[in-house]
Amino acid sequence: MATLEIRDLHVSVEAENGPREILKGVDLVVKQGETHAIMGPNGSGKSTLAYSLAGHPKYTITSGAVLLDGEDVLAMTVDERARAGVFLAMQYPVEVPGVSVSNFLRTSATAIRGEAPKLRTWVKEVKEAMAGLQMDPAFAERNVNEGFSGGEKKRHEILQMELLKPKIAILDETDSGLDVDALRVVSEGVNRVRETGEVGTLLITHYTRILRYIKPDFVHVFAGGKIVASGGPELADQLEENGYEQYVKGGAAE
Amino acid sequence: MADVTTTPGGSTTSGSIQVAGVPGEFAAQPADARNEAIASYDVADFPVPHGREENWRFTPLHRLKGLHDGSAEATSGAIKVDVTAPEGVLVTAVERDDARVGAAGKPVDRVAAQAFSSFGMAGLVSIPKDAQLTEPVRITIHGQGGVAYGHQVIEVGAFAEAVVVIEHTGDAVLAANVEYLIGDGAKLTVVSVQDWEDTAVHVAQHTALVGRDATFKSVVVTFGGDVVRLHPRVIYGGTGGEAELYGLYFADAGQHLEHRLFVDHDTPHCRSNVAYKGALQGQDAHAVWVGDVLIRAEAEGTDTYELNRNLLLTDGARVDSIPNLEIETGEIVGAGHASATGRFDDEQLFYLQSRGIPADEARRLVVRGFFAELVQQIGLPELQERLIEKIDAELEASVGAGAA
Repeated sequence: MATLEIRDLHVSVEAENGPREILKGVDLVVKQGETHAIMGPNGSGKSTLAYSLAGHPKYTITSGAVLLDGEDVLAMTVDERARAGVFLAMQYPVEVPGVSVSNFLRTSATAIRGEAPKLRTWVKEVKEAMAGLQMDPAFAERNVNEGFSGGEKKRHEILQMELLKPKIAILDETDSGLDVDALRVVSEGVNRVRETGEVGTLLITHYTRILRYIKPDFVHVFAGGKIVASGGPELADQLEENGYEQYVKGGAAE
Repeated sequence: MADVTTTPGGSTTSGSIQVAGVPGEFAAQPADARNEAIASYDVADFPVPHGREENWRFTPLHRLKGLHDGSAEATSGAIKVDVTAPEGVLVTAVERDDARVGAAGKPVDRVAAQAFSSFGMAGLVSIPKDAQLTEPVRITIHGQGGVAYGHQVIEVGAFAEAVVVIEHTGDAVLAANVEYLIGDGAKLTVVSVQDWEDTAVHVAQHTALVGRDATFKSVVVTFGGDVVRLHPRVIYGGTGGEAELYGLYFADAGQHLEHRLFVDHDTPHCRSNVAYKGALQGQDAHAVWVGDVLIRAEAEGTDTYELNRNLLLTDGARVDSIPNLEIETGEIVGAGHASATGRFDDEQLFYLQSRGIPADEARRLVVRGFFAELVQQIGLPELQERLIEKIDAELEASVGAGAA
């Protein structure tokens, strides 16, 4: 059973007047089959956590550890982390001009699986996954994220999650900018992967709205660069009612 | 540091001028040279360049192996030229007094004039009028070491349609003129591939004379060579002519790849579209792109656009990108230019790597995509495939861990 362990993680970014610490000691354990919602106000460091786990070069780990089944994730390159089973669905996926979605997906699946998927079954697999996310087949011939609407970008991210079958999926504000229909479709995609029981999900969000579609096992409140409260789904209901105010008093959320 | 220089019009510019009514507005541009520059068949009419001339200031003259100062003597067997053509196409050699030799225009710089003054027989490929070639004409030029001066005329009769592929391989010091004489209503597509070994020196002027309602499509692909300096020129012989000039180049460490284009809109209701894209990597990889477009007072109804994009994959590479647009009439459909030089986008790299794709492969994918965008515009499926194969081979050989 795959387990992601985050221990006392401290992360800084380069700012104008020297490094600025954003994550100030994050502790979290995510097991395969579990879904953890990480909720917090803007600027609390939620996205930094997501990108740090994926290995974005902008963030410097100053102390702490991240282990996937005991393996040191922080020692891995970005692509090694992905091949080890860490997946990040990005809030703002980047355009890659001239690279078609189909070429991108196949290259990626080949890298993750360690061999090129058989063409016939692959085509079918992609088609079905796209149909599940209500994506037009013509989408596959477009260039990656180029001219995609907000909803298309998110569907494309979740399409990758379905095809790449990660052990640990980090969804960074996947719900932001989606209308209700798109949110439902995207959530169903996430749920299909969750239902396999093979993925541990870290659902990062500002709003409780997505939790109506994706039911978390655990909810954590993130403020001031760390987890300040943890509980079950009921914690989300509290947040829905009372907001983050009680957690950010005294400027703890920066 | 990657060094990006841009010049009078500014490089990282993106401009579009719909109608410019004030000709004087552009007088500040330095190179009105175009109107007054020397053009001659005789090398003696050109002084030996010393490197500070506008025309030569980017070119490493000391690496031209004497092509520019008269010291490079032709050696026999320096290049081997093979032409294969479908039936009905005349392939022959003609003397320099043949009316077609020099018909597209005079040489405009010292090396082109040197080539014109020094070549032996001119190659002629003549496609008869109304012919519709189903297969391309292939001209392979293989350098076998030594110095050569060449002249090639490609003549396309009225309403004929043809594709010509010119491939340069091997090692040589070559100066040449290539002329495209495109008859009324004819369509010519030329792909010129410079796939030289990395010691070759190649300087050439390509002049197209585009007939009335004729279409000229040029694809220039420059990957190899120590110094390659090409000067594609377009002149319109009648109204309604169209020219599309595409280019791809990839400069590795130490390579100097220079493309200077000139589109002379001297005839009403003609169209031109220029799009060149290049990638560079390694210490002292240098690309120069100069796009001059002149819309003369008589060229009403002109529609022109030119674009240059460069992708710097590593530090130590340098790009000079200079779009020049000179407009002498306001009665035009459109005129614009854009030039941008950017570094490899780390966010793209991160995105691809976060999907398990190793850095080298991600880099190749991005560069391939950068070129593929342009290749998709060319609009000839069978050529596109071959071009993508060429690009893949080049990337496979050169974009690797060393580029990190």
